[in-house]
Amino acid sequence: MTATATSRLSALPDSAVNLRAFLHGLPGVDKVGVEARAAALGTRSVKTTAKARAIDLAIRMVDLTTLEGADTPGKVRALSAKALRPDPADPTCPTVGAICVYPAMVPVAYEVLKGSGVHLASVATAFPSGQAPLDVKLADTRDAVAGGADEIDMVISRGAFLAGDYAKVFDEIVAVKEACGSAHLKVILETGELATYDNVRRASWLAMLAGADFIKTSTGKVPVAATLPVTLVMLEAVRDFRAQTGRQIGVKPAGGIRTTKDAIKYLVLINETVGDDWLSPDWFRFGASSLLNDLLMQRTKLTTGHYAGPDYFTLD
Amino acid sequence: MFEYAPAPESRSVVTIQPSYGLFIDGDFTPGKDVFKTINPATEEVLSEVALGAPEDVDRAVAAARRAFATWSALPGAERAKYLFRIARIIQERSRELAVLESLDNGKPIKETRDVDLPLVAAHFFYYAGWADKLQYAGFGPDPRPVGVAGQVIPWNFPLLMLAWKIAPALAAGNTVVLKPAETTPLSALFFADVCRQADLPPGVVNIVTGAGDTGRYLVEHPGIDKVAFTGSTEVGRQIARSVAGTGKRLTLELGGKAANIVFDDAPIDQAVEGIVNGIFFNQGHVCCAGSRLLVQESIAEELLDSLKRRMATLRVGDPLDKNTDVGAINSAAQLARITELSEIGSEEGAERWSPECSLPDRGFWFAPTIFTGVTQAHRIAREEIFGPVLSVLTFRTPAEAIEKANNTPYGLSAGIWSEKGSRILAVADKLRAGVVWANTFNKFDPTSPFGGYKESGYGREGGRHGLEAYLA
Repeated sequence: MTATATSRLSALPDSAVNLRAFLHGLPGVDKVGVEARAAALGTRSVKTTAKARAIDLAIRMVDLTTLEGADTPGKVRALSAKALRPDPADPTCPTVGAICVYPAMVPVAYEVLKGSGVHLASVATAFPSGQAPLDVKLADTRDAVAGGADEIDMVISRGAFLAGDYAKVFDEIVAVKEACGSAHLKVILETGELATYDNVRRASWLAMLAGADFIKTSTGKVPVAATLPVTLVMLEAVRDFRAQTGRQIGVKPAGGIRTTKDAIKYLVLINETVGDDWLSPDWFRFGASSLLNDLLMQRTKLTTGHYAGPDYFTLD
Repeated sequence: MFEYAPAPESRSVVTIQPSYGLFIDGDFTPGKDVFKTINPATEEVLSEVALGAPEDVDRAVAAARRAFATWSALPGAERAKYLFRIARIIQERSRELAVLESLDNGKPIKETRDVDLPLVAAHFFYYAGWADKLQYAGFGPDPRPVGVAGQVIPWNFPLLMLAWKIAPALAAGNTVVLKPAETTPLSALFFADVCRQADLPPGVVNIVTGAGDTGRYLVEHPGIDKVAFTGSTEVGRQIARSVAGTGKRLTLELGGKAANIVFDDAPIDQAVEGIVNGIFFNQGHVCCAGSRLLVQESIAEELLDSLKRRMATLRVGDPLDKNTDVGAINSAAQLARITELSEIGSEEGAERWSPECSLPDRGFWFAPTIFTGVTQAHRIAREEIFGPVLSVLTFRTPAEAIEKANNTPYGLSAGIWSEKGSRILAVADKLRAGVVWANTFNKFDPTSPFGGYKESGYGREGGRHGLEAYLA
């Protein structure tokens, strides 16, 4: 955004009333237009050397995730080992960006990952619904950080957001951010429940204003997870936020991204919306589990010229 | 930027003959003289094409007249079968046609593949559906075909303009003699082959290639009953003069200088896309292009910054590369015209800006360009440039926006960007333009009538309205 825009929005909100006025003063999002733009970018043809680069970048951006009631230490140890060596047959294959687990599993993952450079993310704040008292959410967060998580994926209170209580959502994010200490805070908007693109843009700004380091689309636990147009709206938000405040925020689509083809579409979206500065695992992540094996399969195809069967890639 | 590796569509999917004759009475016949058609992206000669002489036009009109008797007597449902068949063949051969169109015209394969060809097929499907329902189209209980139509089309959407002309004419029971543009004859000749593949009776469609003289001879030919022309206002005027008093029916779809109006409550990111699509789609070779951006002064600076940032991501280059956004200018003559008007823009004091982009050495290229500080008094705000050049003007109030939008001799299209529905409706109601897009631009559909006010021509093409010109 520009000098004019900055002056137009210069008074960043400092009260609940201002917050509401500010969020509702953001330019609207035209549904048809944003979906058409995302679909058009989805037709980019990324082949050969560009594809190889994209695949390695996408692997480095994966937050390899398991968020199941059935998660056990054994499962989490296996996933963490895979994060360190995604393709045991090829030492040139990069490591993933992070492991993402429930707080109870953080110490297990920490034992495997410590000192490796692979980040350890934990969902917290009564994931996935966020329907718990604030002190429970904060305790959840502190536990995860104490166990060794250096990234916290919190959920916003969609109930409060949809009820128009922006101040409550804002204050919760501020409190969780404080509880995070030096850990990075990813704020999950659960865009599938926010339903409109206008809400996605408002929630993105709300989270960024409250101190999020990353904004994330989804928990993966509701029917509609990450989509290209939602991610496009969020990328526009981080772009505009940096232009106005100088602070760069990361973006993490999560849920439903399963193929290399999908992942590359997201990279194209970054490339043509916010550019180089976000084409790094420090600023963009994929929340995914099955995506990694497809990336590995395509990577092997590019280097060897033929597809290997699923048994040549390790289970998580 | 993350550079995409070259992703060229294969040129070998289409076979281009070294020479083409005229398609008359179901057969290709050689012409006396020939001219060359080139690839504007490389200046390489693609093929030699017959230059239609007066006697060729005579033969084509005579063939169309002979075919008219049987074609017009067919039941509508029978004519529909041919049109459906043509539509399906076009779909089946759309990859060949897309590559051919990109080669001959210079437009990116992304557009021929995703816009031109789907719309061409959709037009034939749409009018095929009308062929047996003409008595319910609102033109009386027993509408009759007009006769033989002489149709002259432009080079900017060669095959799509052919579809706009031929599909309604045939559905209504007319026969046609069509002259494609001098610089883009190949897809029409390919279409002739599609007609043969569909077993269309000889003489129903005749394609006579040539230059301006061929077209003039066709529209002045006493044997035709109806003239349909899409092209420049200047030529449209000559045609209107020559047709006056002859009893021939005439529709003209001519130039434009559309206003794309962005209000301060617009969805900014989508408006920027709409502006880009409005003027850089098809290199700006679009009669309904949004070539005048009218932006509310209070958001002008913010919007222009966003627009420039977006323009910097446009990929200009090889039309056959699947990632190309802006292709080649269609001809040296058109490039000269765009260059000249742009120089006039600078001389008249407007500020010129283009993103950094390297243009190929051979072929005809023009970088996407915007002029800011343009007023109604600038020639670049009044004259149709027909290239990737946008003139940016500002306004203060809705009334001023409407006044400025209408202050042009043209009236083909307009765009409105606002999140406020009541404003969109109120402004659209006052714009003197044949098409008004709201929160979108350059959207086409066979069911929607298209045509102009004032010097943008008369008559409508597309939709039910498009049948009227071909029914008596």
